[in-house]
Amino acid sequence: MRFVTVSGPPSSGKTAVILKTIAHVRQDGPHGPGLRVGVVKFDCLSTQDDETYARHGLPVRKGLSGALCPDHYFVSNVEECVQWGRGEGLDVLVSESAGLCNRCSPYIRDVLAVCVIDNLSGIDTPQKIGPMLKSADIVVITKGDVVSQAEREVFAARVRRVNPKARILHVNGVTGQGSFEFASLWREGQEVDTVEGRRLRFSMPAALCSYCLGETRIGAQYQLGNVRKIDLGTAGANLEVDADRQRGAPLSGGQGA
Amino acid sequence: MVHPDLLRGLTTGGLRTQWPYAEGFLGERGVELPEAPVVPLADCCDEALLADLAAFLTEMEAFLSGEEETVGAITILGGRDKRGEPEPVRELVVSKGDVVCIVGPTGSGKSRLLADIEWVARGDTPTGRRVLVDGREGDERWRAGGDRKLVAQLSQNMNFVIDMGVGDFLALHAESRRADDIPAKVDRIWQEANALAGEPFALDTPVTSLSGGQSRALMIADTAVLSHSPVVLIDEIENAGIDRRKALEVLVGQDKIVLMATHDPILALMGDRRVVIGGGAMRAVVEPSDAERANLVELRALDARLMELRGRLRRGERLDVI
Repeated sequence: MRFVTVSGPPSSGKTAVILKTIAHVRQDGPHGPGLRVGVVKFDCLSTQDDETYARHGLPVRKGLSGALCPDHYFVSNVEECVQWGRGEGLDVLVSESAGLCNRCSPYIRDVLAVCVIDNLSGIDTPQKIGPMLKSADIVVITKGDVVSQAEREVFAARVRRVNPKARILHVNGVTGQGSFEFASLWREGQEVDTVEGRRLRFSMPAALCSYCLGETRIGAQYQLGNVRKIDLGTAGANLEVDADRQRGAPLSGGQGA
Repeated sequence: MVHPDLLRGLTTGGLRTQWPYAEGFLGERGVELPEAPVVPLADCCDEALLADLAAFLTEMEAFLSGEEETVGAITILGGRDKRGEPEPVRELVVSKGDVVCIVGPTGSGKSRLLADIEWVARGDTPTGRRVLVDGREGDERWRAGGDRKLVAQLSQNMNFVIDMGVGDFLALHAESRRADDIPAKVDRIWQEANALAGEPFALDTPVTSLSGGQSRALMIADTAVLSHSPVVLIDEIENAGIDRRKALEVLVGQDKIVLMATHDPILALMGDRRVVIGGGAMRAVVEPSDAERANLVELRALDARLMELRGRLRRGERLDVI
């Protein structure tokens, strides 16, 4: 079974792109016979996307992280999802998850990693997104039909600065333009029977403070554990977190989702 | 090709000597290199960052070596139509400076043809077409989506979402294309665009407040001056507010290969040839006849007449007598 992990900011067009692409993957074509595809949709509080996938006749499961950090939830369930996909006899399993705090990415080493990002999100967005964009194999840029050629080029160049290795594709989730080309890349992914023992491409946040455990009161006396203070130009604080992040080190303070 | 292994063995000083611009890239990623020249690079950057740096340096080297690909011609080898029958047109060669129009009803396969060209098809798209660049099978790098895109596409929608003045926006675009002498380029694009658009606009006009015609004029001038892509695909140049003949001349003057989907009689007859699309295939390639070329004069006169009436309406005049 091939495994494709798709993530990207909310409303960037992940579901639309995945559906258009699956339509090609399921069909016999120049790349070979049609494949059996299923989807696991991860979200936080609620989603109707599972119904959308089901309407297209796709085997689908959804996982809602609820009160938990969505990225921790993803990684604690991904092996079960892979085994579900194998049990369903899938040729391709797609996981879809939103990048909610930009801190994390659900990408696993040697598993095809796709980031979906849209032209309307603004040219500074690629810089802000972090590992979800930075460590993807393929970056799909959507909504190209509503902006000019020049803006598309500026946006793609900004993406390239953040992730020079990725292949950049322009896919239109409404018309499907580019989805055939994207589909042909899915077939290049590695076969995956299990992700047991594999590693994430980027570490998950260190989030072990009193608020993770349900604290709701505000004030220094309630802040226990991994807590870091913002530098407002007053005394004492220190924010050298960016350099740490570049080295892939876990954050030294709590910055969970 | 810069390999990450090579970078791993390098010191800060070695990196600065060989690639002075590397430090800027690392700075953007939040990594400040130590001043001392003998610090191993592997101590400052993790593996992932070294790999990114290697990819960036490879791209920059390719760019700086000035291998400005000049593509002389693209060849489209026919595949099959929607029913699987062989495509009637077996070969279409389009050279630099050519303007080829694409005509056919909605759903006939115009977009697929343009997509095949953009993806440099190798028999691996639904049509089975092959697209050759200067007679050779398409190279993988044309598909990588980086700076080296074969095709710049001017779509019908030329909206802007960015909140910026024309001059700043053009400078930003030029910068992302790593153009040299950016102020001169910005000025040239702005002047060309104003020559194309009916109504002039200023360098500090916000791009979001440009009219449809002004936006189109700006994007055509911008593509002509800034784009490295040898092929320009145009999805209809709308009539309003732009001198279509000059627009084509601007593009062709930059030695572009121009393919244009259009049903505008003037544009279609201005093309060197037109490809008729139907049922997912190229049905025929038509060259304008002498009679058609002669009619172009008449069509232009009609067009000028309509433009004049438009101008009169704009000035608040009545059209009782036309």
